Amino acid sequence: MHDLSICNAIASTAAKHAEGRPVTQVTVQIGHLRQVVPDALQFSWEVVSSTTDLKDAELVIEQVPAVVECLDCGSRTTLDLPILSCVACEGFNVKLLSGEELLVVSIDLVDA
Amino acid sequence: MGRFHVHVDDTSHVHEHDLDHDRHGHKDNTTDVGDHSGYTETGQTRVTILENLLSENDLVADDNGRRLAVSGVCAVNLMSSPGAGKTTLLRKTLEKLGASVRIGVLEGDIATSLDADKLEGAGATAISVVNTSAGFGGECHLDAVMVRSGLERLPLPELDLLIIENVGNLVCPADFRVGEHARAMVFAVTEGEEKPLKYPVMFRAVDVVVVNKVDLLPHLDFDLDAFLSNVTAVNPKAQVIMASARTGEGVDEWCAWLAAQGPPTATLSEV
Repeated sequence: MHDLSICNAIASTAAKHAEGRPVTQVTVQIGHLRQVVPDALQFSWEVVSSTTDLKDAELVIEQVPAVVECLDCGSRTTLDLPILSCVACEGFNVKLLSGEELLVVSIDLVDA
Repeated sequence: MGRFHVHVDDTSHVHEHDLDHDRHGHKDNTTDVGDHSGYTETGQTRVTILENLLSENDLVADDNGRRLAVSGVCAVNLMSSPGAGKTTLLRKTLEKLGASVRIGVLEGDIATSLDADKLEGAGATAISVVNTSAGFGGECHLDAVMVRSGLERLPLPELDLLIIENVGNLVCPADFRVGEHARAMVFAVTEGEEKPLKYPVMFRAVDVVVVNKVDLLPHLDFDLDAFLSNVTAVNPKAQVIMASARTGEGVDEWCAWLAAQGPPTATLSEV
């Protein structure tokens, strides 16, 4: 369900910018903290896109790692778990630099 | 850093750099915006969008938030897994606060009005039901457009507080802002202490976690200390309230938290 909702949002964003022109590829960025499973999203895309003008469009998913910067010691940590802490000093006073993306990056259109 | 890719044929790989893209048919150079010289042979044009795919939802959510603020209504988005006790807590809340605070309830449910029926006579000023289904099944969360339609049926100027009871689900509701000014979740101790680590998006999204059904703790193996440290690990800023909607424990503290939320801040009132 979650993936279907997200795919519907991707499709409507892509369709809005395509303005009726044929789309061959939609590229999205999904942050690791978003609990989106690429395989499930890909499957949902086939379901969602098949009923629209986007049925020939490939979905390319770029996963963005979750990275935090420690506001105490300045270290940067790429997270393996959704625990927002600094590996260097083990503090929790961190700023999230990336990992929450839910972005339509681009669409590829067939030239007229 | 390499980029992880998944193709429609289910193969996936990581790119070490961008130069090897054409080998497998990707045109993935999102950094060279405006340079389409490489595409003349393929007859394709890449249009850079860089738009949050929930931006349409968020625009409507912002609009909902402004409408509520203009009427002086503070909205709280109440979320939980199914059966955690949202509706029971809500009923206790209405019984406790309903006489002094004008409370509206927007009930989101996949189907039926059973939850709204349970709130009958508890002290709400107005109740609006939004079913997320169209026939069988239904959306697993409220989105901003559904809440907008629910708001149409509520007398906003007559309300101080709107509690939006979301669909029971620990995943999807966390992604969809609906125009709320604060977010709360109800967590039942029967769900297990590891849940903050399994559903970090939800636990990170909320301002307060009401830990419900604490009257059951003597009968469970629930590790409360581990749960609390898991909450802190994913959301250090979250307030935690220990409660039992059944016995009434903690309901006063929850009501005090609610009362401390409104009215909406001036920045939201600026249309």
